[in-house]
Amino acid sequence: MVVKIVSKNFDIPNAHTLKVALENGRYSSIDKLFTMTPDEVTEEVCKSGLRGKGGGGAHCGPKWQLMPKGDPRPAYLIVNGDESEPGTFKDRQIFQYDPHLLIEGIICACYAINAHDAYIYIRGEYKFFIDRLNEAINEAYAAKIIGDKVMDKYDYRVNVTVHRGGGAYICGEKSALIESLEGKRGHPRLKPHGKECEWFFDNPATVNNVETIATVPFIVENGYEAYTAHGTKSSPGTMLFAMSGPVKNPGVYELAFGNKMIDVINTLGGGMIEGKTLKAVIPGGSSCPILTADEVEKAVLDYESMWDIGSTLGTGGMMIIPQDVSMVDVAKNLIEFYHHESCGQCTPCREGTGWIDKILKKILEGDGNEEDLSTILDVCETMNGKTVCVFAPAVKDIIKSIVEKFKDEFIAEFNK
Amino acid sequence: MGKFTFTPENEAKYQEILKKYPNSDSMMLPALWLVQEQESWISPDAMIYVAEKLGKSAIQVYEVATFYTMFNLKPIGTYHIEICKTLSCMIMGANELKKFIKATIGIEPGQTSSDGKFHLSEVECMGACGGAPMFALNGVYHEKQSVDLLKKTLEECQ
Repeated sequence: MVVKIVSKNFDIPNAHTLKVALENGRYSSIDKLFTMTPDEVTEEVCKSGLRGKGGGGAHCGPKWQLMPKGDPRPAYLIVNGDESEPGTFKDRQIFQYDPHLLIEGIICACYAINAHDAYIYIRGEYKFFIDRLNEAINEAYAAKIIGDKVMDKYDYRVNVTVHRGGGAYICGEKSALIESLEGKRGHPRLKPHGKECEWFFDNPATVNNVETIATVPFIVENGYEAYTAHGTKSSPGTMLFAMSGPVKNPGVYELAFGNKMIDVINTLGGGMIEGKTLKAVIPGGSSCPILTADEVEKAVLDYESMWDIGSTLGTGGMMIIPQDVSMVDVAKNLIEFYHHESCGQCTPCREGTGWIDKILKKILEGDGNEEDLSTILDVCETMNGKTVCVFAPAVKDIIKSIVEKFKDEFIAEFNK
Repeated sequence: MGKFTFTPENEAKYQEILKKYPNSDSMMLPALWLVQEQESWISPDAMIYVAEKLGKSAIQVYEVATFYTMFNLKPIGTYHIEICKTLSCMIMGANELKKFIKATIGIEPGQTSSDGKFHLSEVECMGACGGAPMFALNGVYHEKQSVDLLKKTLEECQ
């Protein structure tokens, strides 16, 4: 069940220091990297089927291919470590336990997309992890692993900079992240009609999640087949799955795709803590449609299987909800989050989240009726697909699924 | 209110960070972080200072400083307690922590104790769901918490 690719060194004491990291295989992919051309690296990553681990699940290799060829402007790699999706706490494990893996991945990715500067955008709350990563970066500079010449011998410059965010969930959205990196408010940008790369001060840029980048060295070093040997055909490889809530062993586990969710909860998670029974699971960060206990029995942890049962894999951060927690409270808790975090740019999202929050408050105060539920669903539909980014559709997904699947709990609230 | 300037040490840090970006616009968040590290909050005077440094108008700095929730726009207490309130922490008992602070220190989210010692914030997901419930004290995470552990930590705040 557990396959350690990214998390291989997590349990090794002091693996965050350069000395221990080097003893345990860090930077060993670099020699192979420079025997390949950048296109060959991208091709290898394409063949591996590596998908973005930040929640969207877009294929990493094809994303790199969107970088314009022969463009005289400098290219940039931007690593998304904003990790603000409720239920998600996996990238911090990489910062804490194996920051050199991330730096190694950055060297590989920079080479593949012909970038010389990488920025790692990390949420402001992660002060400890930012300091940890900065220490590793300083060590790597001092050892001449990065800087003007990679590993002090390859004629390729790579500079790595950590950029601290200011506590805005929306900056995990890649274009909002770039706006923030450009010193502005984190307002997502309108998306182009065709597929193209991102733009950082009008220069071509690629945005990848921390875990995605941390997977690249394994693929470069061992070839794509070593990666596709794990997981399923359409969801190859592994992912860091996080588990939180009243289970015996909450935490982060690296699993191949294709495991049954209930098995993961009962074995690695150790099952529910005494006196609690499982009522529902929000499978991949709070923006994925909720699963009832019956659906959890059927759920399989890969992209396609989760779509088949009407949810998404998201970030792989499973939030487990016990029987004794009211789903009205869950809905209220989450809509407060989204209301607070809506960036305010688009009216349907800014107003819709606040409106649903008000209705749920009214219901919890004992003034609710069935009409309120249809109003909530109506507001959800009004928000969906009418905004710049996918924040509002995510709100629709989670709120609508809670209201529809646990309608009886809302009705019980009306009759209290 | 005296006119704000960076300490020589922070000015040196600012110049060092500036070299890392292709455009000085990117210095907005790093500059605001330096201000907050220096003063523990960001005064209007400091915003004007940052604006002048970046060649921006004061309103451009103001709109950024007010967008990001981690920037304190007024002075806060010596000890800043941030309790995570989002789902996994709620399920695991974040409310009990909040109630305990109300009962003992007498402050609610957004308030500072009358002696200026404690400031309480209720924050959205801190990315510590596996260690729920959690709070941060002056930015340091305390995970897998209980009322007893919180009590002990607060007693150590002298």
